[in-house]
Amino acid sequence: MLTFEGVEIRQGDFSLSADLSVPEGAITALIGPSGAGKSTLLSVVAGFLVPTRGRVLWRGADLGPLPPGRRPLSILFQDQNLFPHLTVAQNVGLGLRPDLRLPAPERARVEEVLGDVGLAGLGGRKPGALSGGQQGRVALARALIRDRPLLLLDEPFAALGPALKDEMLDLVARMAGRAGTTVLMVSHDPDDARRIAPLTVLVADGRAHSPVATAALLADPPPALASYLGK
Amino acid sequence: MVLALILALTLGPVALVLIQAGGAGGLTAADWAAARFTVLQAALSAGLSVALAVPVARALARRSFPGRAALVTALGAPFLLPVVVAVLGILALFGRSGLLNRGIEALGLPGVTIYGLQGVLLAHLFLNLPLAVRMILNGWAAVPPERFRLAQSLDFGPRDVLRVIERPVLRATLPGAFVAIFLVCLTSFTAVLVMGGGPRATTLSLAIYQSFRLEFDLAHAASLSALQMALGLVAAFAGVALVSPTAFGAGRGWRGQAWIAPPDPRAVARIGDGVAIGGMGLFLALPIGLATAAGVTHLPRPDAALLAPLGRSVAVALGATLLAVAGALALGLALSGWRKGMARLADGAAMLVLGTSPLVLGTGAFLALRGWADPAAFALPLTMVANGLMALPFALRILLPDIQTLRADYDRLADSLGMEGLARLRLLVLPRLRRPLGFAAGLAAALAMGDLGVVTLFSDPERATLPMVLYERMGQYRMDEAYGLAVVLVLASFGLFWLFDRMGRADADV
Repeated sequence: MLTFEGVEIRQGDFSLSADLSVPEGAITALIGPSGAGKSTLLSVVAGFLVPTRGRVLWRGADLGPLPPGRRPLSILFQDQNLFPHLTVAQNVGLGLRPDLRLPAPERARVEEVLGDVGLAGLGGRKPGALSGGQQGRVALARALIRDRPLLLLDEPFAALGPALKDEMLDLVARMAGRAGTTVLMVSHDPDDARRIAPLTVLVADGRAHSPVATAALLADPPPALASYLGK
Repeated sequence: MVLALILALTLGPVALVLIQAGGAGGLTAADWAAARFTVLQAALSAGLSVALAVPVARALARRSFPGRAALVTALGAPFLLPVVVAVLGILALFGRSGLLNRGIEALGLPGVTIYGLQGVLLAHLFLNLPLAVRMILNGWAAVPPERFRLAQSLDFGPRDVLRVIERPVLRATLPGAFVAIFLVCLTSFTAVLVMGGGPRATTLSLAIYQSFRLEFDLAHAASLSALQMALGLVAAFAGVALVSPTAFGAGRGWRGQAWIAPPDPRAVARIGDGVAIGGMGLFLALPIGLATAAGVTHLPRPDAALLAPLGRSVAVALGATLLAVAGALALGLALSGWRKGMARLADGAAMLVLGTSPLVLGTGAFLALRGWADPAAFALPLTMVANGLMALPFALRILLPDIQTLRADYDRLADSLGMEGLARLRLLVLPRLRRPLGFAAGLAAALAMGDLGVVTLFSDPERATLPMVLYERMGQYRMDEAYGLAVVLVLASFGLFWLFDRMGRADADV
């Protein structure tokens, strides 16, 4: 279970409070108007931002003391998920060892994971030589190989076309289902949530609400969500 | 840490010098005259450079012609040119048997002498005018093109353009250009060594050299160093206080034309711009051309007399490059983490080093070493350290913007993957900064290769660098040999620059 325990974030005019728990092994969407603090919440979990108050706990243990690289999670940003000067295989290999000194079996493992995401044989290329969808797959492959129990998605596929985005979301759902990964996914599109996230956290009006069933929430949205959705 | 080291290396010798000077006291009337001349020539050099650079920069901003890009690139060359070679070129044009005097004598008129204030100013103008042009041109380039299009669509006349666009550009660039050149000229040594001298054209740096090398009056050299340092510090702090960045706001940056500013169509403006660009081109190209022409026919034999000093110079240059680039990288990474006031701090450090005379560093180092070692044995290492230190602020200026971009783009990703320490340096920082690192290294290497500063204090024939040998030939009036050596020195300086810059560009991925 991922728990936000009395978390408060203040930055100038901005403020956000979160006091909720997200169950393990499920995909949970964070939905709300832009500027509400969805990405900020992920930054706190990932360790890039220290909350003004409160703690974030994973399976009961405070994440606070851990630097970003030691937390039990992988994160995919909106962009800059890959190092453009490293090859695809090196970018994925960083998930195994941050100094890239990979023995032969680990290099084989990289090839295998690249095959899993449909990029077999492309390990020697640089990211610049791949399409946007393929770049997303490389980032997913790295998350897969890191094998952390928690995966944070900060709209990494927002720049892709609708068909490609759906394809990537389905891939995430398959990967997460197989490994039992807990996924926290920021989205401004309710269809994304409807597609793969059974649970949704509404982030609006300075508050992150407890997760509820996505279908029910979208069928009968509270006022804050309704105005955002334009219903 | 690195900042502390720089401060220690810069201020340490000065402190030693001050302690020594405190016991020595006495500055003579001639010393104060030297101080006045130092400030006078620096102010005149900076003022002239900046004043002449304005019309040239404006002409380059609003005209497009074949070779414009090459010319703007070439403006960077005098910065890399060894000062002693630049001085040699000035002599080839304006010297006693130079092109100008031969022409005047052919007309039956008495020749002009270049030695003294006018010679110092000419040399400083030659070295700094291109720098000033580039700094001011950068100011023009920083104006969003939308602003110019707006001016055109509102049918601005030249006076409106001056008021609304050009005056803010000049206000943003001129103080910085003036201060930078003033500081460089305040501590300039080589140009004054050759062109100056005598009671009426001696700067403090030259006076330090003379009391050190000719009179061997260390106490006096220390007093002079203290005075020089005080001047440099005052000027550097005044510079930091004076120079503030001016923002033009953001634009989308699309130009779609070759020129930066719309061309002024009036005939008088066209002619004026042509004269400005052509005049500067001639003033820069003629000395270099004449010196090269004189040199290529007198190239030195590749024997030990050439290769030994050449090898020493290259070794000094490589060591200085490593110091400058490693120091600038470490400092830049540390500074970019602090964020606030960072640019200010970097500027302050740059100004402080600019305002520090290599001769002061040399004197301080000599005082530090004298107790337990033969300072002459340290001539080359000291030259290396001094040159590394002098190049560091330039390297920092080059690296800092790219370091900031690097951190903004990839810090979170690297953090989230747990990349730390050497792995992060090897896999992220060095490959991403390859281009600016190569450029900064090239710059540092070329500067150190051509430097004639600290080495003059200690050097003996056994430990002479190539610029030192060249200077000796000039002193012996063996000018043909000097021109030949100058060609070798220039090739070596630009060769090192090209090599490092090239290494930075090789298969760099974006």
